[in-house]
Amino acid sequence: MESLTQWIQGLLADNTIFTLQTLSYYGEGLVTTVQLVFLSLVIGLVLAVPLAIGRGSKHRWIQLPIFFYCYVFRGTPLLVQLYLIYYGVVFIDGIQDTWLWVILEKPFVPALIAFTLNTAAYTTEIFRGAIKSTARGEIEAARAYGMSWWLMMRRIVLPSAFRRALPAYGNEVIFMLHASAIASVVTIMDLTGAARFVYARFYAPFDAFLFVAAIYLCLTFSILYLFRYLEKRLLVHLKPSGQ
Amino acid sequence: MKIQTILGISLIGATLFAGSANADVRDIRIGVDVPYEPMEFRTPDGELTGFDIELGNALCAEIGIQCEWVVQGWDGIIPGLMARKYDAIMSSMTINDDRRKQVLFSDPYFTPPSAWFAPAASDIEMPYPQTLEGMTIGVQRGTLQDNYVTDNFGDVADVNRYATADDMVLDMDAGRLDIVFLDFPVGKATLIDSKAGDYKVIGEMITEPKEYFGDGFGIAFRQRDEELANAFNEALATLKDNGTYQEIYSDYFEAK
Repeated sequence: MESLTQWIQGLLADNTIFTLQTLSYYGEGLVTTVQLVFLSLVIGLVLAVPLAIGRGSKHRWIQLPIFFYCYVFRGTPLLVQLYLIYYGVVFIDGIQDTWLWVILEKPFVPALIAFTLNTAAYTTEIFRGAIKSTARGEIEAARAYGMSWWLMMRRIVLPSAFRRALPAYGNEVIFMLHASAIASVVTIMDLTGAARFVYARFYAPFDAFLFVAAIYLCLTFSILYLFRYLEKRLLVHLKPSGQ
Repeated sequence: MKIQTILGISLIGATLFAGSANADVRDIRIGVDVPYEPMEFRTPDGELTGFDIELGNALCAEIGIQCEWVVQGWDGIIPGLMARKYDAIMSSMTINDDRRKQVLFSDPYFTPPSAWFAPAASDIEMPYPQTLEGMTIGVQRGTLQDNYVTDNFGDVADVNRYATADDMVLDMDAGRLDIVFLDFPVGKATLIDSKAGDYKVIGEMITEPKEYFGDGFGIAFRQRDEELANAFNEALATLKDNGTYQEIYSDYFEAK
């Protein structure tokens, strides 16, 4: 223990980069990144459930617009979407005078909108696949019981679809965390923004980015752990019996 | 016979040695971050131009070498020099102690002040921490203006850091920024000259404290390329003597 503290002290002895000030930038960046990713995932999830149901609808006027939305947001880079929403809206004449400007003025909300729409599109496709792969027998059994469409969705299709979608959705959460690194191009001081600031100020790319990479790794690890726990709890019925 | 051979060999050796000494100043690549009008920017047909570019080309011509310009974003411009993507940086880089630890600077070739710019309707009179409280200040990431604003105003105001000066001007036009802090010639060209009446300078030209604002713009080299730096210093002195420097200067900074 003694030698460990000595080793750390030695490491920090000629450290001019990781001062209390820069560490506070990283700290604020961590908060911003977590807020941004968490909020966009939650809102995206809420949007994705009805969209995924609609995506499988027989009515062309429900299905086609949702297909088109998913196609556009999965078919273009998130960076381009972010630029369009942050810098693009400015070119709508007179937007500065409307109530919209109150929320679009700061970079956080435009970034949140871009991230949410992007993750909602991917999550919609994940859920649609899971809903589509519901065993035919379950649906036929539900019909034989005389369940209405809504009741069948609520009791049979959606609960099992969510469980099947869980591993794929865990991936989407991690992708979203990593995609959030582009938020700093619209002046948000997220984790990557803090790293870029430290990098530019001290000309120390290795220190700045290795440190931030370690933080991202910790975040990814906790997401992995959470999803492993959920899968263990919720997918227990899919395991071979007798174990 | 023997003596002649030895003489011959040493002569060849001496020539080779002399040759290699000259070859230290060879054709080079120069890193530059565009746009930063009027120091470095592109004409509508895509040509690089600006005070740095013209002066840099004149310096290379004076030394007698070919120079190629490499465009590189500002926040990676010093690491790019270390990584040998180019051999020099001539991109409105202010000489200061922090940077001296990393790179070798030429003599200063230009000393511009920094200045605050705000929309014409702004009621800010002097930019003090008290008067800018709660405002949003725009700077380019990693510039000395960024360091100055971060240290002096970072606690009371929001600092928005941009990758390029263009993004910052875009957000200024959009009304997202209350005030920006820039090299004066750049702010004058991009905010005052090209958008008549929309913006104004707030307060005085700022050149102090030296800790932030340094000693003017210099050309940056890797620490070991001393000969290259000396060659540029000599060429700069020559251009100042023969009037070429003044010609380029008046093209960019004096009213026509």
